[in-house]
Amino acid sequence: MADLTTNSASSVVLMTRIKAGYGLIVFAIGLTLLQYAGALPTWLHRLPDAAVPPFADWLNAIFNFVKDDLGLLTLTRFLTEGLEVLLDTTANLLFGKRRWPNLGPIPWSAIAATAAVVGYYLGGWRIAALAGGTFVWTALIGQWDIAMQTMSVLVVAAPLAFAIGLGLGILAWKSPGFDAVLRPILSVLQTLPFFTYLLPAVIFFKVGPTAGAVATIVYAIPPMILMTTLGLQKVSPEIVEAGKMSGCTRWQMLRHVYIPAARTEILVGVNQVIMLCLAMVVLTAFIGMPGLGAKLLAMMGSFKIGRSFEIGVTIVLLAVTLDRMSKAWVVKLPEHFERGTSFWVRHRFLLLALAAFVGFTLIAQVVPILSEVGRKQSWSQGKEIDNLIKGFLAIEAVQAVTGSIRYVLNIWVLNPFREFLLSIPMPAFVMLIAGAAVLIAGRREAWLAAAFFGLVALTGWWDRSIITLYSVLSAVFIAILLGVPIGVIAARKEKRAKAVLLVCDTAQTFPSFIYLIPAIMLFGITATSVVMSILIFSMVPLVRYTIEGLRNVPAEMTEAAEMSGATRMQKLVNVQLPLALPTMAVGFNQAIMFAFFMVIIAAFIGTQDLGQELQRTLAGTDLGKNFVLGICVTLMALTFDMVIMKWAEEKKRRLGLG
Amino acid sequence: MKKYTMALSAGLMALSPLAAVADSDDPIVIPIHNWSSQIVMSNVVGQIFEQMGLNVEYVTTDSQAVYESVRLGDVTLELEVWEGAFGASFRAALEKGGIVDVGDHNAVTREDWWYPMWTKDACPGLPSWEALNDCAALFATAETGDKGRYLDGPVDWLKHGKERVEALNMNFEVINAGSAAALWAEIGSAEADKRPIVVFNWTPNFAEAVWPGEFVEFPVWVDGCDKDPAVGPNPNALYDCGNPANGYLKKAAWEGMEAKWPDAYAVLERISFTNPQIAAMAKLVDVDELEPNEAAEVWLEENQAVWSGWLNG
Repeated sequence: MADLTTNSASSVVLMTRIKAGYGLIVFAIGLTLLQYAGALPTWLHRLPDAAVPPFADWLNAIFNFVKDDLGLLTLTRFLTEGLEVLLDTTANLLFGKRRWPNLGPIPWSAIAATAAVVGYYLGGWRIAALAGGTFVWTALIGQWDIAMQTMSVLVVAAPLAFAIGLGLGILAWKSPGFDAVLRPILSVLQTLPFFTYLLPAVIFFKVGPTAGAVATIVYAIPPMILMTTLGLQKVSPEIVEAGKMSGCTRWQMLRHVYIPAARTEILVGVNQVIMLCLAMVVLTAFIGMPGLGAKLLAMMGSFKIGRSFEIGVTIVLLAVTLDRMSKAWVVKLPEHFERGTSFWVRHRFLLLALAAFVGFTLIAQVVPILSEVGRKQSWSQGKEIDNLIKGFLAIEAVQAVTGSIRYVLNIWVLNPFREFLLSIPMPAFVMLIAGAAVLIAGRREAWLAAAFFGLVALTGWWDRSIITLYSVLSAVFIAILLGVPIGVIAARKEKRAKAVLLVCDTAQTFPSFIYLIPAIMLFGITATSVVMSILIFSMVPLVRYTIEGLRNVPAEMTEAAEMSGATRMQKLVNVQLPLALPTMAVGFNQAIMFAFFMVIIAAFIGTQDLGQELQRTLAGTDLGKNFVLGICVTLMALTFDMVIMKWAEEKKRRLGLG
Repeated sequence: MKKYTMALSAGLMALSPLAAVADSDDPIVIPIHNWSSQIVMSNVVGQIFEQMGLNVEYVTTDSQAVYESVRLGDVTLELEVWEGAFGASFRAALEKGGIVDVGDHNAVTREDWWYPMWTKDACPGLPSWEALNDCAALFATAETGDKGRYLDGPVDWLKHGKERVEALNMNFEVINAGSAAALWAEIGSAEADKRPIVVFNWTPNFAEAVWPGEFVEFPVWVDGCDKDPAVGPNPNALYDCGNPANGYLKKAAWEGMEAKWPDAYAVLERISFTNPQIAAMAKLVDVDELEPNEAAEVWLEENQAVWSGWLNG
């Protein structure tokens, strides 16, 4: 309906685009058929080994030069020492590591009480109960020490990520040149598999909490930068004028005009930083970060599902608490008091928090259980949960259902699909991708897509990349089949939508490792388990954005449909879904990004893809290979990101929504 | 608790006049990996050092990358060097220098094809590998057709399951699990309906306490089986034998440890755990659900006779 704006000139461009797209696809099919007929020379099917440039060796040479000759290692090891002092201090305060200032550990009850007061200040009783309850749960379940080991790193990493992100965001806002350089780096960082962050972190920042902190910071910075820049750009000219008129210096402008005006965006960035930091809790355990993640991996290594599940619950509770608290902070407006209000009233919450902290610290000296809950006093139900899961698996019907799903998916769907993708000659595959990109997005995207996939082929990891892609595509396809209807049904009623969104939040913060074990127990070490574990994770954005898209359809549109007598189905198919499609596309894009993230974790089930190779590099020092593998994932993810986002933008523009 | 503290201090009193150079106050950094026996053993040794008045710190590290950290002195020692699993990384680090071999535990390690006891009900000829091969159909899954499935360890453990199947002409297909956790999940799921299963496993290991089982007896390991095709029953193939049934379990340390903490190093040299002791330590955590540090306290309390010998030499 909005295509009316198309004029004849652009329709000619469109025609040639369509021609080019179909031409590429037809050519690719021809090549594939030739391959099946056995007429294609092998060097056209796969790049011969001799033609693969030794990227890994080159990269290693560069890394070694930068590391040793340019003295980067000396610098980072120096920074490590500074970071270590910070981490040791928080470690002493939170769980009593024997380091300066030798005061800790702070009793758990004092921390829980303070958290409750802060929660009350930010968002009333509900958040107070959530914050206090989370810490009480952590202590009673017997995880206080490990949770504090995790927190001791996070309370250093999150503020550092915030500060660095804010600084870089301001720089990018001030200097368009810097912004132009920074943006592509950020896109790469956001799609780079986490294993690729971990190895350099270990090499440059020493195994242990320091490397964990650095990897967490790097992972959490990008959204902070983006939100800062966005917020500063949106500051309205009137406010800026007012600031200039009152004679602010440049620093005062920034401090008292721009940053307060961009407060909301900056705080959303803070929220993102916190969530990403928590997402790294388990992953950094691979490089020696102590705490919840390390314990979780150890529990999984000795097949204690119940205990690992409880750790997962603690991580989710911590994430939800910090998320809700920081969101409440975003919404809360700064308080202003009348002149002459006493100090006690103005700072009543600060004083209350202090009183709670000091009070409980003192009481805990007398009542030991308020300071430390021993294992024998803890309420862990690990064994009971284990038995519950075993009992569930022993049910005959469950076995029959999962057995048949496994059979159908593996034998009839997944394995044939994989064989098919692998049978396509490499040049034909690149053409298919480029053809699709021309049709969906445009010429520029097509060239880039071809270049990206061409680079993947040049690295010599083509087969493994295709297997990675196959898992991602299969999982996202099933996720659409399930996620979109769930979103549509949920969006009908406000209450239902809220409940489903809460489930989404939980599924997203629940450590993905825990999904792996039940997936294996239900579906064996097969492609089905891999796809199922990716599926859970990538369904979340699909559901979320479908709900979001449907809710934001302009009311006039739906009313118009109702007035013209459309049934509910007609209204959905002809009005709501088309209008929600651009937003849903963003969800689809995120689903693919999440799937690329999770497919790497799924290597722990047993795959033959890039994730498996990446996991293998983690134990060594082959930074070059690690980087090449990571870049393969990034290039594929970026291709999808670019094409889908371009399509969504275009569509939004044409629908008049953007 | 009190009792063993006193005993330890008494042991130390006896020791201290002998120590010419005092040990450094810097913490001895002990690495922790992701399996129980190693974690408890590290805590036991750490608590012994602590009672000697030394500072100890634990760091969680990868079990392969740790040798690089020991070499650099970031980590002081490693208590469980398995021949099969970490022999290669350990030897590589030895060649580069910076790490020393502090001797063997009085324990053997073994890793090979393994099955939980209920499998034997379905295939009574076990543990012989020929009997296993005759029962191959019992181990078939949807994906392997009429061939049996053998679940091998992760590819990077380099266990040569595929090669062995080919060399011995077995009717099995080898599937690689992605992690130890994946292996346990499969055994756990097979346990639910007592399905026959054959997987890669090793000893000493917590799994022995949870799922009693046996190793499959392959043609006995002969030196050179992995290098010379003529060795072993199949004259044309490598890997036609089982793995060695008595691999070593070593201790390793940073080469600077002896100079910096001479007393601790002397104790480390004498420390030697046996297979039953290692299994008992793992059991405290895996079956009795103690925290590793508590498990170490319990173990020290129950085994005074064992470790007091290490203190006095």
